[in-house]
Amino acid sequence: MDWVNAVVQGVLLGGLYALFAAGLSLIFGVMRLVNIAHGDLIVLAAYLGLSTTVLLGVHPFVALLVVMPLMAGIGYALQRGILNQTLGPDILPPLLVTFGLSVIIQNALLETYTADPRKLSGGAIETASVNMGGITMGVLPLLTFGIAVAVIWGLQFIFYRTALGRGFRAVSDNQDIAQLMGLNKAHVFGVAMALALAVVAIAGILLGMRTSFDPAIGGGRLIFGFEAVIIGGLGNLWGTLAGGVILGVAQTVGARIDPGFQLLAGHIAFLVVLAVRPNGLFPRVEH
Amino acid sequence: MSRVTRTTRASRIATLGGIVLLVVLAAAPYWAGRADMRLMSEIYLYLSLATLWNLMAGYAGLVSVGQQAYVGFGGYMLFALTVFGGLNPIVAIMLGGVLAALISIPIATLVFRLKGAYFAIGTWVIAEVFRLCFAQVQALGGGSGSSLPVAIVKEIGVKKAVREANSYWLALGAAVIILAAVYVFLRSHRGLALTAIRDSETAASGLGIDIWRTKLEVYVVTSAFTAIVGGLIFLQKLRISPDAAFSVNDWTAFVIFIVVIGGIGTLEGPIVGTLLFFALRELLADFGTIYLLVLGFVAIIVMLKAPKGVWGLIRARYDLELFPLSYRVHPKD
Amino acid sequence: MSEPVLKLTNLDAFYGDFQALYGLDLGVGAGEVVAIIGANGAGKTTLMRSISGLLANRADAIVYKGQSIGTLRADQVAACGIALVPEGRQLFPSLSVEENLLIGGKVGRQGAWSLNRVYDLFPILKDRRAQASTSLSGGQQQMVAIGRALMANPDLILFDEISLGLAPVVIRQIYDALPGIVSDGMTAMIVEQDITKALSVSSRVFCLMEGRIALEGRTGDVTHDQITAAYFGVDS
Repeated sequence: MDWVNAVVQGVLLGGLYALFAAGLSLIFGVMRLVNIAHGDLIVLAAYLGLSTTVLLGVHPFVALLVVMPLMAGIGYALQRGILNQTLGPDILPPLLVTFGLSVIIQNALLETYTADPRKLSGGAIETASVNMGGITMGVLPLLTFGIAVAVIWGLQFIFYRTALGRGFRAVSDNQDIAQLMGLNKAHVFGVAMALALAVVAIAGILLGMRTSFDPAIGGGRLIFGFEAVIIGGLGNLWGTLAGGVILGVAQTVGARIDPGFQLLAGHIAFLVVLAVRPNGLFPRVEH
Repeated sequence: MSRVTRTTRASRIATLGGIVLLVVLAAAPYWAGRADMRLMSEIYLYLSLATLWNLMAGYAGLVSVGQQAYVGFGGYMLFALTVFGGLNPIVAIMLGGVLAALISIPIATLVFRLKGAYFAIGTWVIAEVFRLCFAQVQALGGGSGSSLPVAIVKEIGVKKAVREANSYWLALGAAVIILAAVYVFLRSHRGLALTAIRDSETAASGLGIDIWRTKLEVYVVTSAFTAIVGGLIFLQKLRISPDAAFSVNDWTAFVIFIVVIGGIGTLEGPIVGTLLFFALRELLADFGTIYLLVLGFVAIIVMLKAPKGVWGLIRARYDLELFPLSYRVHPKD
Repeated sequence: MSEPVLKLTNLDAFYGDFQALYGLDLGVGAGEVVAIIGANGAGKTTLMRSISGLLANRADAIVYKGQSIGTLRADQVAACGIALVPEGRQLFPSLSVEENLLIGGKVGRQGAWSLNRVYDLFPILKDRRAQASTSLSGGQQQMVAIGRALMANPDLILFDEISLGLAPVVIRQIYDALPGIVSDGMTAMIVEQDITKALSVSSRVFCLMEGRIALEGRTGDVTHDQITAAYFGVDS
């Protein structure tokens, strides 16, 4: 039963990882950009949530109403101000610029908030749990998983059923011809990043409620998101959810064997998938 | 008939100047104080790391954010092979390089499946795996690390002054050897193949260059030398721990900034970058995180406005090349 | 000719250091159908890319309806009412047939063309509306590309080598539809390697060679020999 419990917890944890990964996947899909600062942006969102809850005295979920538009705005400005200039055939500029961004965000957070671990207090839902078939599931992890599914469903809807999504796919296919259609690619990329960071905001708030965070954990969150994307397969958001779940389960089962083994178990699962299925389990595009 | 040469007046002057400089630096134990020698050793070791990272990223197009894996590996091999293998520290460091070369091969087969930025993050995952694995080894201090036993330290030199001099010469020697090795490699036909790959992979493979194999060779050799430098670093520090050994900030962030700001894809770039980096560090010594913030900003601005770095600007402005690598055609007068 | 709707003055075009067009002077009147012919590399597609805004230029090198559009981005040029049917069709692989047409209308210009009218023009597309655009035959893809341009309700439509890679019967089918397309007073420029087809629908012809205009005249007036000389650069 303990093992079943570990698997269930892993599945729910996978929801959080899928949220980490969703923004990463979206941006790569639209503009072939991998943002090394992605994890640090998640942590930034958590800190913004913290400041909002302190300043306005509201619950973290309410703080989302502030943090989401704020992060979206940051995303748009970041893309149009800096990242658009790095796009092109050379892989070095986006990589090195986002790496620089990562260092800047980490140290700016360190300067502003110090290295002390912080946490968002979600109140009752943090400790509440439901019991299903003998398995106890925390309300927060359950909610997180549900939100992850909803977010992915929403992103798929936007991508495949709206004019905005049509624009994303067109610009991703052929930038020049998309411009001929009246799409300003600088703006489209900006909107894509804004959308991705709105998702990052959700991920950051949920992360902050679940565990304590500090400025240095961004790299780890990027790696989890990245592993979920690779395990699931590129170009497929539902695959990313599956990837997150597999990663989460590997970690919780590993933790069940030995608490210190949790992270390593996840990495090993990732490396195994990389070895036998380099394109992931449900790929839609090549790397 | 036109003449084709590689050396220029500038490179000849630089070679002469370099030899003089080398003699002066080698004599440092006789004219420099302890603190200065430690600083210079640190500069040599960072220069080595930067030159190696530049070879991989700037020439082979393999942008790794995980070289700290090998730095830490080299450090831990020093400790493991001396304490448990009874080997002389220098032998242990060399052997660490060989072992690093060996494990880098299966690692390469894994990470080479990823491209571009995904490759970069993949190398980071590998470094994390190394960190987590070594943290499990209780014999080497587990999560809190261990110190190098005095007896082993004394094998470098019984008297402190001798030890300091030997450590210094090891670091200087490493930098010189690595710079020379990379230079010789780039001048060879393999180096030419690498430059071809960097400039255009499709064209290069069309010419029959085995891209995968060339990249693998560069990855293995770079990892081996990086591990050796790692061994030297921790020989100086005398203490190792998983977080210090596999620190992204210390062994990757700084190195990347050095190469980017100095000038990626040139041999002179890492030299310029290392000097600038340490100058900046002395300047902002009291400011902790501000230092990293400034570095990050400078790196971004350089990448956007002057992607060839400081040396790239100098080179373009004065058509200068200190390491004779390019061919020049002199038309018949 | 009364004030031309499109006026090119001393138009140069560069790809990096390489110059593809040398000081072109060209005018197109409202409602005219003009043919641009020339050998490969003569600069025809470069001309189309320059007009549609994909290649940057001097502001006054391209004047459309009295407005200098040379420096405008492609999306801004599209908003002015110029649409391009690109060489090689270049449909969006991630979009279905209908989505390709819909995105053509993203510019949001009002006019006679709508999704239904495009389906009336090319009924086969209605049957395949939900299919991936790249799963269609070459001729059908060309119809989508043309429909996509029409959805922008342009006043000036540019056709870049629409017969390329198509079977003769399909080419005939498309060219038969052309008069119906340009009937509403739309101005058109047709780039073609198939000279006969180009001359059959146009009233004036320009022949490009190595980035310059080698011949220009009314379709009825130019002789076969004149065209050959201009096309191949043979001194007559």
